[in-house]
Amino acid sequence: MTAVSSTAAPARRREPISNANLLTCISVGIFLLMYITAIITLGGGFNKPQQIFDILNNNAHLIIIACALTIVMINGSIDISVAGVVALVSMVTVMFLKGKLWPAEGMSDGVRVALAACIALGIGLLFGLVQGALIAYLDIQPFIVTLAGMFFARGMITIVSVDPLQLTVKEEPGILEIIQKRIEMYFLGSPNKKGVIIPARMEIGVIVALLVVIIIAVMLRKSKLGRHFYAVGGNRQSALMLGINVRKTRFSAHLISSLLAGLAGFVFMMHNVSGNATNATAGEMDAIASSIIGGTLLSGGVGNVIGTFFGVMILATIKLIVVASGLREPWWQTITTGAMLCFFILLQSVILSRRGKGRPALPAWMKFRKE
Amino acid sequence: MEEILLTMRGICKSFPGVRALDKVNFTLRKGEIHALMGENGAGKSTLIKVLTGVYPKDEGEIRVEDRPISIHSPQDAQKNGISTVYQEITLCPNLTVAENMFIGRTEGVGVNWKQMEKRTGELLSGLGIPARPKQQLGSCSIAVQQMVAIARAVDAQCKVLILDEPTSSLDDKEVEMLFRLMRDLKSRGVGIIFVTHFLEQVYAVSDRITVLRNGVLVGEFKVENLPQVELVSRMMGKELEGLSDLEKEKSAGALEGETLYQAEQLSSTEARPFDFRIAKGEVNGFTGLLGSGRSESVRAIFAADRVTGGKVRMNGKPVNVTSPYQAMKAGIGYLPEDRKRDGIIADLSVRENIILAMQVMKGFFHPLSKKQMEEFADEYIRALEIKTASQDTPVGSLSGGNQQKVILARWLLTHPQYLILDEPTRGIDVGTKTEIQRLVLKLAEEGMSVTFISSEIEEMLRTCSRLIVMRDRKIVGELRGSELTQSNVMYTIAGGGKENG
Repeated sequence: MTAVSSTAAPARRREPISNANLLTCISVGIFLLMYITAIITLGGGFNKPQQIFDILNNNAHLIIIACALTIVMINGSIDISVAGVVALVSMVTVMFLKGKLWPAEGMSDGVRVALAACIALGIGLLFGLVQGALIAYLDIQPFIVTLAGMFFARGMITIVSVDPLQLTVKEEPGILEIIQKRIEMYFLGSPNKKGVIIPARMEIGVIVALLVVIIIAVMLRKSKLGRHFYAVGGNRQSALMLGINVRKTRFSAHLISSLLAGLAGFVFMMHNVSGNATNATAGEMDAIASSIIGGTLLSGGVGNVIGTFFGVMILATIKLIVVASGLREPWWQTITTGAMLCFFILLQSVILSRRGKGRPALPAWMKFRKE
Repeated sequence: MEEILLTMRGICKSFPGVRALDKVNFTLRKGEIHALMGENGAGKSTLIKVLTGVYPKDEGEIRVEDRPISIHSPQDAQKNGISTVYQEITLCPNLTVAENMFIGRTEGVGVNWKQMEKRTGELLSGLGIPARPKQQLGSCSIAVQQMVAIARAVDAQCKVLILDEPTSSLDDKEVEMLFRLMRDLKSRGVGIIFVTHFLEQVYAVSDRITVLRNGVLVGEFKVENLPQVELVSRMMGKELEGLSDLEKEKSAGALEGETLYQAEQLSSTEARPFDFRIAKGEVNGFTGLLGSGRSESVRAIFAADRVTGGKVRMNGKPVNVTSPYQAMKAGIGYLPEDRKRDGIIADLSVRENIILAMQVMKGFFHPLSKKQMEEFADEYIRALEIKTASQDTPVGSLSGGNQQKVILARWLLTHPQYLILDEPTRGIDVGTKTEIQRLVLKLAEEGMSVTFISSEIEEMLRTCSRLIVMRDRKIVGELRGSELTQSNVMYTIAGGGKENG
């Protein structure tokens, strides 16, 4: 546990560190610790910068839906439809880009990609409006509503197209060139066997995901709506008494969540260039797990997207480490993910139960500054 | 003459089957602290809820500064300058102090948190509240959280501030801090309605007292004209002069017998440290107004709340009682005050409910045979005359009195040496009440020690041979033998001597 105190210590300021920030610091610390350990003991790909970018490239969509989950969880709600929306969006956009939705003759490739992005956001918006209204204004359990949303989205995929679709260089070269554009960074490159420097490559989706993280982080921290999310999640009754429009706040959370899911679907499509009913299977569970590892409480009121970002990174890194240590069977990844999740929930409940009993939230050995 | 801030005239409010408020008048003046007093069911919380728009009123008129207003929601009340600080803090502990002060009150999309933190800092230091604007509210003490809630109300230009039981979870120092703040607000012209159970606190800060009883206004008094004893008698609805002291049915009881249970400085998260002993075969009682700590004390004996200190002896031997299970092992039984919440399991049958405690004592790996269970259940259904269609009837469908008997049977089956009955007669018919009282006396004769609590003093006088009187969570007196009269109990509760109040 020495890692905990050493990573949390720099946050010492005028105020003692809050529970939420502490949980985030823990997740950042664990990520760094894990990654450095991996570099030292496993070497291999881990000592190349490209490894980090690979993780980001493969998980850009997950970062976005994990941010969506963080918002609804802070709000004391849950949204398990996100991965379904991702899959639906990827299928519909691939179809559109292949010209199968309607023949888009004479449209330039750029316009078609932009239109596909609009379709993606439109699908997200639709889900957000319906789910948000059902949850916030008709007071139906968020779990039930979004479960229905998930089934609906998965079912719709098959209605749209029974067969998996794929964008190919042969048929859609122009579009692929646009969406598969990579940012190449020679200064982070590493030499290959022949001694030629291969640049580190990052996809556009990663930039989108990082922008989402930053924008949501600022929104949650500074804006009125952001603080309302925390208030409603912390204590809905109190929030009402404080004059907050609780229904509107909950509606907004689900609207934003589904919009982000639509965006994530587009990012997923840019990376995988395929539409398939099994795309992003169980992605919502990964997103929930990432949020929790990043320090978001399922009970609401606590969390931030910076932690969530590191939560995604931790999950992805664990999986890589497990594979790199020679445990190639897929179940080892699931088992370690489960163990990590267990550890974090345990940690959270210990911290919270201490706060709930009127004792200081931090045990004595974690105390940095006397009140 | 002081300026009148708020008047409520002829307020009526009915709930199905109950007339909660019957033509109640209430007047609040500028810069006054006005205590609203009454026992359970007197209607004071209903009156507050009508004033804050939680309940709509049936009849009557509310005026603020001589302007009639209609209030339909807490927001309406706030707009009219009526703010409430509830016993349960209605702020968000996961936000900072400054955010709690201003959230929900700002216009526009963006928020200038810097400026708000500055403004919060000024307000807090102006009111002398020891909190920092950027501090997490959850890390403040309950008292400070309450003061932040008050500061928020003050900043929202409130004229009428309602404090509903603000001191119930504060210690003496914190109460003093709160009172200083209240006096400060008073000097600024805010009218404060103060609802509390603590008599001494009423006399420490209030200017006037309004007493309600059973939904009817008893009267409005200036504090100096209403001695504590008179306040108590008005709250309880007993005239001091005409108190008839009932004949006691019981024998004096084995008061000086062998000590069965003894606690020294026992305390729990809810109860302050107290000493207590009970002899074998004795029936004693805890009495006091609502909120005086009588239930909390017996819950500490049974370890129903987390025990925080003290020594316990059973039959002279030290025992460790920190959980209800250990209490049961030590021979203590407890019949809780709220039988719906802590007592019966409504969907299980009469038999299963009776067997419950017995089974727990035996451990789950030694199940009782079906035949044994039926025999036990039969025996107690007959002995206590529980009126039920059969053993298999769900307890939820029985009448209140019979439910109470089922729980009683449950405890008797474990053969406790010491049985605690917290309000066993609440909400049951008169016939069953006397049956239960007679049963208590019979159990005592057989050598069981019983602690009996009831909010009806007559009942306690009839059954108990010793009464422990509590006020403001402290034991303030012990009455026994010939001292057990209604007026004595009342004087002790009010804290006066026997002669004058």
